[in-house]
Amino acid sequence: MSMQSDMSQSVIGADAVKRSGGRGKVVLSEGKKAERKLGLMLIAPAAIVMVAVTGWPIIYSVWLSLQRFDLRFPEKQAFVGLENYGTVLSNGYWWTAFGVTSLITVVSVVFELVLGMGLALIMHRTLVGRGLVRTVALIPYGIVTVVAAFSWRYAWTDGTGYLASLFGQDQALLTQRVPALAIIILAEVWKTVPFMALLLMAGLALVPEDLLKAAAMDGANGWQRFTKVMIPVMKPAILVALLFRTLDAFRIFDNIFILTSGAQNTSSVSMQTYNNLIKGLNLGIGATMAVLIFITVAIIAFVFVKLFGTAAPGSDQEGRR
Amino acid sequence: MAEIVLDKVTKRYPDGALAVSDVDIEIADGEFIILVGPSGCGKSTTLNMIAGLEDITSGELRIGGNRVNERAPKDRDIAMVFQSYALYPHMTVRENMAFPLRLAKVDNATVERKVNDAAEILDLTQHLDRRPANLSGGQRQRVAMGRAIVRSPKAFLMDEPLSNLDAKLRVQMRTSVSRLQKQLGTTMVYVTHDQVEAMTLGDRVVVMRGGVVQQIGAPQYLYDHPSNLFVAGFIGSPSMNFLPATLEDGTLRSSLAELPLTDRIRKLLESADAPREVIMGVRPEHFEDAALLDDASRARGATFTGQVDVLESMGSDKYAYFTLSGEQATSAELAELAADVGSADVPTSGIQLVTRISAASPARLGQSAEIWFDADKVQLFDPSSGRNLTFAGE
Ligand SMILES: Nc1ncnc2c1ncn2[C@@H]1O[C@H](COP(=O)(O)OP(=O)(O)OP(=O)(O)O)[C@@H](O)[C@H]1O
Ligand SMILES: [Mg+2]
Repeated sequence: MSMQSDMSQSVIGADAVKRSGGRGKVVLSEGKKAERKLGLMLIAPAAIVMVAVTGWPIIYSVWLSLQRFDLRFPEKQAFVGLENYGTVLSNGYWWTAFGVTSLITVVSVVFELVLGMGLALIMHRTLVGRGLVRTVALIPYGIVTVVAAFSWRYAWTDGTGYLASLFGQDQALLTQRVPALAIIILAEVWKTVPFMALLLMAGLALVPEDLLKAAAMDGANGWQRFTKVMIPVMKPAILVALLFRTLDAFRIFDNIFILTSGAQNTSSVSMQTYNNLIKGLNLGIGATMAVLIFITVAIIAFVFVKLFGTAAPGSDQEGRR
Repeated sequence: MAEIVLDKVTKRYPDGALAVSDVDIEIADGEFIILVGPSGCGKSTTLNMIAGLEDITSGELRIGGNRVNERAPKDRDIAMVFQSYALYPHMTVRENMAFPLRLAKVDNATVERKVNDAAEILDLTQHLDRRPANLSGGQRQRVAMGRAIVRSPKAFLMDEPLSNLDAKLRVQMRTSVSRLQKQLGTTMVYVTHDQVEAMTLGDRVVVMRGGVVQQIGAPQYLYDHPSNLFVAGFIGSPSMNFLPATLEDGTLRSSLAELPLTDRIRKLLESADAPREVIMGVRPEHFEDAALLDDASRARGATFTGQVDVLESMGSDKYAYFTLSGEQATSAELAELAADVGSADVPTSGIQLVTRISAASPARLGQSAEIWFDADKVQLFDPSSGRNLTFAGE
């Protein structure tokens, strides 16, 4: 969750910089200067805290990743440059985990987008009992992931679980790789569809009713209204939702930890990091993995922000009225 | 092109609100018809039912002789222009206008030709590749019209298409809408709450109040022969003057004057079975400065003397405003009209009177003037039902 809020801030920040860029050259009057100074002073405490709690760990991780640093052999600590990166990136387990993580991310985000859109449309269209529908739909998101993961585990446990029994006896689905991954994705999707739906619903509210009526008059059927008018108009909201969910999904940990503990090659990059850093006490390798995850997430965010640029949420805002 | 018939059409919204009740309108092929009335009277609802955007609760809607109640908007072959224009923000002007044709799977060459033709008519050619967000209000309005005309529909529906434009542009667009309709000859249903638009644009005007049609007719006819107090007060600007009056022994007594009734009016009143207390209505232009009239003309009406409150010189003539002592006329219709224009909140004492007199009049601000009015042009209304007791039509 913390990463999500970080990202939202950086997106907004990028936007603000772009907008103020044009005005930057204007010579400021005394009053404006004082105002700007006051503004900086007002945000300073928050900015300093932010840098301290996010900037410092990042720098420290990078520094750790450049060391040979295993707590079991503290006397062997030394600066080794990029050696750790070589070790991790040439390791099969890392790439397996990377593949698994990517697979889970892509598949679950696709499902979440489709189902979330469906749910958003239902919530948007519901006329009676709107509040109730929304509340009920949001329940999965309100449940602590670990708790939900445990209930999924029991449900799929052979012999005792109500879902496992649907698939016949002696299956032990969580101990087979493909079914286990499917169950992990299911748990992930179940939990975050409401979040997706909420974000998309905000986007749906951006589509003026008149626009859909106009499309109906122009001869569009329901599907055409959806694909040719609704989706393009709410594209910025869709991109925000996708960005949040992709970043979040890429850091998947709790569901896997509870459901399979990474057995049968189902562990994610975050699981691998945890295993090395906390269980294996190898700070150097763990930090390297953490930095690699950070870089991947940064790349994903960068690509999305680039997409935002072309979707230009600000540029066609006016036409909506 | 086709005629549109509304046969006892009623709309009740799911929340129980009765928005339109038993509306009967026959719109001829190629006719330009205006729906007018105060806010909330059901104009948009009626239009949306014709469009197919709202279900019809009861009654029948026929387009070109076929019942279309159950048809989806896209199967009715009708185009609509919205008050908000409803342009697709992610498409260029060209794509916006081409959208209905693309949906209808028209081939590229034809789309190109039709869009260019429409752009030509609407003077949009140099804006075809711009986005709606970068256009002015008037240009957006024209794009919305363009999107409606490209596919040559059976009819156009317009819901207050000009109300987002500033006054000058509105006048300009009004004439171009009128010209466009004449040029295309397509049936048009046009909603407005601006009675000037209603008077100037349409072949016929439908005046609505509270979901009920009050009167249908040519603009001049509604002006001359309003069937009730509401239509009389709604049509015309400045609006008709209303005063309480009493009928007694063939004379009409009001705070203006004591007026012997003309034979024509006496006859109408007899057949209408008029009550004793009535509301008298006089249009501003039926007044004149008595100083400018000869005796013969004076004899055809009555005069009153009052102090000129406000004098507006319009060049061609003058508006002189008076405040008469006495109670204002009261009725449900008048209260509603006042609420619609917002004048209900303005505290007034006495009766406000607006007169239009010749520019040659010597009347001066703050001084008293003798004003004459035409006895035969007076209209009388029943205060309880609002019915026009001097209604000579149909
Ligand atoms: N979706 C709806 N549900 C319930 N009642 C509605 C709905 N839409 C409109 N109404 C009611 O129906 C009546 C007529 O509304 P309508 O929009 O047709 O008025 P209008 O004449 O177009 O007014 P305006 O000039 O303000 O646009 C109003 O009293 C309104 O409150
Ligand atoms: Mg309306």
